[in-house]
Amino acid sequence: MFYREAGDFKTSYQDDAQTFPIKFDRYRYYAVIAVGLLVIPFAINDYWANAVLVPFLIWAIAAIGLNILTGYCGQVSLGTGGFMAVGAYACYKLMTAFPELNIVFVVILAGFVTAGVGVLFGLPSLRIKGFYLAVATLAAQFFLVWLFNRVPWFYNYSASGQISAPERTVFGVPVTGPETSAWAQYMICLLFVVVLAWAARNLTRGTIGRSWMAIRDMDIAAEIIGVNPLRAKLSAFAVSSFFVGIAGALFFAVYLGAVEVGEAFGIQKSFLALFMIIIGGLGSIFGSFAGAAFMVLLPVLLKNVLVGGLGWPTDLAAHLELLIVGGLIVFFLIAEPHGLAALWRTVKEKLRLWPFPH
Amino acid sequence: MNFKKLAAAALAATIAAGPAMAELVFPSLSYRTGPYAAGGIPFADGYEDYMTLLNERDGGIGGVKISVPECETAYNTEKGVECYESTKGLGSLVYQPLSTGITYQLIPKVSADEIPLHTMGYGRTSAANGEVFEWVFNYPANYWDGASVAITHLLDINDGDISGKKIALVFHNSAYGKEPIRTLEKLSEKHGYELTTLAVDHPGQEQKSQWLQIRRERPDYVIMWGWGVMNQVAVQEAANIRFPMENFIGNWWAGSENDVIPAGEAAHGYKALAMHGTGMDYPIYEDIQQYVVDAGLAAGAGDQVGTVLYSRGLYAAMLAAEAARTAQEIHGTAEITPAMMRDGMENLKITEERMAELGLPNFGPAFEVSCANHGGPGEAMVQQWDAEAQEWNLITDFIKSDDDVIEPLIEADSMAYAEENALDLRCQ
Repeated sequence: MFYREAGDFKTSYQDDAQTFPIKFDRYRYYAVIAVGLLVIPFAINDYWANAVLVPFLIWAIAAIGLNILTGYCGQVSLGTGGFMAVGAYACYKLMTAFPELNIVFVVILAGFVTAGVGVLFGLPSLRIKGFYLAVATLAAQFFLVWLFNRVPWFYNYSASGQISAPERTVFGVPVTGPETSAWAQYMICLLFVVVLAWAARNLTRGTIGRSWMAIRDMDIAAEIIGVNPLRAKLSAFAVSSFFVGIAGALFFAVYLGAVEVGEAFGIQKSFLALFMIIIGGLGSIFGSFAGAAFMVLLPVLLKNVLVGGLGWPTDLAAHLELLIVGGLIVFFLIAEPHGLAALWRTVKEKLRLWPFPH
Repeated sequence: MNFKKLAAAALAATIAAGPAMAELVFPSLSYRTGPYAAGGIPFADGYEDYMTLLNERDGGIGGVKISVPECETAYNTEKGVECYESTKGLGSLVYQPLSTGITYQLIPKVSADEIPLHTMGYGRTSAANGEVFEWVFNYPANYWDGASVAITHLLDINDGDISGKKIALVFHNSAYGKEPIRTLEKLSEKHGYELTTLAVDHPGQEQKSQWLQIRRERPDYVIMWGWGVMNQVAVQEAANIRFPMENFIGNWWAGSENDVIPAGEAAHGYKALAMHGTGMDYPIYEDIQQYVVDAGLAAGAGDQVGTVLYSRGLYAAMLAAEAARTAQEIHGTAEITPAMMRDGMENLKITEERMAELGLPNFGPAFEVSCANHGGPGEAMVQQWDAEAQEWNLITDFIKSDDDVIEPLIEADSMAYAEENALDLRCQ
């Protein structure tokens, strides 16, 4: 009834090619942004920031990054955890080496460092594909974690091998370190998410995104029609790693504050990111958000319902949580192999005709 | 986005439920799942059982009931943060996360939120310097004490001379395992032994190459900083290469029944540090049997009573309860706040008489905490596993750590922290 193209007249090509061509969608998008920017910062507390929203936003960035590489360009990567670690350690080294540099630039620079490392580990993708590439990126994961554990320079020779984020401010408001208030933590992450998601959306529907998709769909055909596989694949690796690096930097500096590489950026983080985009939907920005929400929020929700609500023992709840999350992953993959984004797409198709489907 | 809304609704409902007032809240950030559960379960059971005992027998502390909200961390730092954030609003008096990784996470947070953190025998060693770390305590002993005690024990059995000996450190490749390295290096300069370090990655099931190296290099002694499944694997691997067990010393987190029983007979003679007594030969266990176990109130499955790590949980709870009692005396009120609890911890005096009164005679060292010294005396004993009797036997008295080496290390590390965070020194 409300969700339809009819009556929404487009008078320019620009209007016609916009991201949300349906008016209802557009207003919903503005409403989400408005709530995110104007309502949540005033209502947020420490628990909501640290347990729910900040990890969700950061994982959304990482999932978008991996989705660019795997979903749009078709290069399977198991190195997300390692690349996040590069972002975190680059952020730490830059923070401690240039204390006067603004944290926003530090995070962006950390993204660029990760992009460089990503390109380096993306080189094998020019020769190998599919499972073999997955194994090569798996090597990146293990190598990077080993490197940050092994070389004391990366953690400034601290006795414990931990890195911890000193206090940094944006416009006088601390965004890292213990004095950070919940809203500041949330806002800095939200701003990065909004800008990066907007950039990703526009990258993926432009020339470069189309060349990625051409490579994904059939690389030989793409080469024949004039897509340069070297440039397409390496740019996908670079952009993806940039996103993942920023996620890693925020994960360390804003969310956790202190990090130990093996624990915070281990192989399980790579799998988590991969699950997010598979559950959410490959090749979809919305899917990255949906997948991140699913993987981050569901365990917290289950824990609160089972332990807080029903008063069950914590160990039983923890085991059940694994069972339920695992079961739901299987269920979703069977019911909707293309992820939550495809489910959303179906809902939208139905909504257009509702309530008169004939 | 549906999930987000659902999560929001459910979370709002659970948070709105709110805490009951007039309780002393001692949150238990436990881990009963994951690769470290074997250590987490007995500790959490001991902690909770002692608090239950106080509630049932004495009606709480100073007439105020105790509540122990439990939160599962699975030894994972992110879950640890979530647990901290979800319980700190309950009026939590002191946090004991039983994880060095989570401790590093919480040190800045508790300092900002002004809630005490007690990391008994783990965590950040330099927190022993109360001049820098106002809210963090690690009495009665820390990692560097442990490393020093192990070396002192080796000196004792070698008539005071271990120069030229080869000592290998097998450690969990994390902040926890790396803690003793610097101390052992300093001590090797002093005593002239040769130190090799061998890292074992999380979770520690794969140690073939490390023990192959030990077999090749034949160190005289092996010291281990392990936790969870890593310990039992190491003991088994040591048995496989026929390393003499009496030359293999674990720290106090690598010295429980879980670590040696899987290796069976082969583990006979394995040594470990102990910061407190163990076993059921203490009068308190009669009360625990009567008020907790027989009443059906035992935490968890109730099958851990009397084990080494159960005793440690008991000890941690006892120290927390005594600090709360001290705080009540200082401030003249039964319903203490986290800030008062901190005063209680800083003025804590554990005497032989008090421990006997509590039903734990000679269980731990007698010690006093002060404004400048949050680390306690730094003493530990050495215990040895008897595989036939299936029990740990203490083979030494409390051994004092080498303060000449450790004090400057603590000073240096804590000062670096103070400088990084622009802190003013206290207790001047």
